[in-house]
Amino acid sequence: MDETVAEFIKRTILKIPMTKMMTVLKAWDFLSENQLQTVNFRKRKESLAQDLVLLCEENGVSLNDAALLDIIYTQFHRHQRVWDLFQMAKEPGEDIDLSDMEQFKSSFKKILQRALKNVTVTFRDTEENAVWIRIAWGTQYRKPNQYKPAYVMYYSQTPYAFISFSQLRSNTPLLCQALTIASKHHQIVKMDLRSRYLDSLKAIVFKQYNQNFETHNSATHLQERRLGLDINMDSRIIHENRIEKDRVHRVTQEIFGDYSQPRLEFAQYKLETKFKSDLNGGILAEREEPLRCLVKFSSPHLLEALKSLASAGIADAPLSPLLTCIPSKGMNYFKIKDK
Amino acid sequence: MLKEDCASTLKVHLAQSLPLPSNVNRPRIDLIVFVVNLHSKYSLQNVEESLHHVDATFFLGKVGFLATGAGQDNHCSIHRNTVLRLAHTYRSPLFFCDLEVEGFRATMAQRLVRMLQICAGHVPGVSALNLLSLMRSSENPFLEDV
Repeated sequence: MDETVAEFIKRTILKIPMTKMMTVLKAWDFLSENQLQTVNFRKRKESLAQDLVLLCEENGVSLNDAALLDIIYTQFHRHQRVWDLFQMAKEPGEDIDLSDMEQFKSSFKKILQRALKNVTVTFRDTEENAVWIRIAWGTQYRKPNQYKPAYVMYYSQTPYAFISFSQLRSNTPLLCQALTIASKHHQIVKMDLRSRYLDSLKAIVFKQYNQNFETHNSATHLQERRLGLDINMDSRIIHENRIEKDRVHRVTQEIFGDYSQPRLEFAQYKLETKFKSDLNGGILAEREEPLRCLVKFSSPHLLEALKSLASAGIADAPLSPLLTCIPSKGMNYFKIKDK
Repeated sequence: MLKEDCASTLKVHLAQSLPLPSNVNRPRIDLIVFVVNLHSKYSLQNVEESLHHVDATFFLGKVGFLATGAGQDNHCSIHRNTVLRLAHTYRSPLFFCDLEVEGFRATMAQRLVRMLQICAGHVPGVSALNLLSLMRSSENPFLEDV
């Protein structure tokens, strides 16, 4: 077996945290139940990895199998990569061509292989008519670098694709082109939405976030609210600004709804507006050129943080529509110009 | 504060700013604690504006300042001396307590309940004014009355 494939598998296994090891290996389904039972999972990871690689060699593992393992690892750790939203368009007047998934895959692979002799393309289907594509880039003269792949998650019945680029940026245009042609579209546009949380991006794009799922999150949220109510119900605590508090709560509910917000880490606003000031004169006033300024809001969970601003007393309710339109517009990069 | 064992009936009124809405019947207020968040300039501004609505008689021992957030130095936008000066101007005690920390919070609550009992006149032999002069004598020597 190729040395490089063995090394690749070993390095991938070493990345997997021990708590997820069994789950990932079972999802990979390359080693049999019996084989997995012969392995001692309590060993140090280094020697565990070596044992697993030996078993893979026995089964005659190929580069494709190794790439599949990498895809599965990435699926479990999708937040380790940053995902961009792309939207494709057909020529106006063209019908939606319900093209065959297999045709798409073979077409995509052929386009890349024709352009670069050395490229590894691997597919893994998921539910909801989506496919994960892994691409390892090489050049005409060098074998593909398996450690800097790009990933695409494409929903075949939609014009949307989520792309996580590799560090080898020069292949971006080729990837976009291949995706567009293989899916029988004419154009691909990068949208202004980017995040680590792929599932949140999906929720925003497919407008699935405004439903009250009985998830763990919403259950604890309800519990917190119940506790909050209990504390407030203590008749020895009187809120003097009850009316205002209730108004703020109502306005926040109207804007953000009752459900968990999709998770984003930042929103960026690029301002190209003229400086407006109440004070007369001043260094920045009365300039013809717009002031160039970048404002970035970061948070572990931006939308939930924005939702809690008014009730925490940090901002007035209602919040600026520039902030509240993020999920409905599906953007977290904005350019603001004077009208 | 409500968790503390207290022989008297304790009620807490929470308000974002003063003056309080006037159309409500309220029991007598025995102690006003202004909470300043050292991380926010607006917090200080709000407190300064609210102070103008407080009757002068409260400043004889029935007002206190509580500054929170001193533990996270890099988030503080108000200098320690600013609140010290504010408390000194109004001749009232100032407490520093990081309300985020459970232990500090519990201790502070205890102190406030004791202070409240005195201010309400529930402790025989000690008045709010007594307490005030007792606390002042151990204050920061840099801010002495001139």
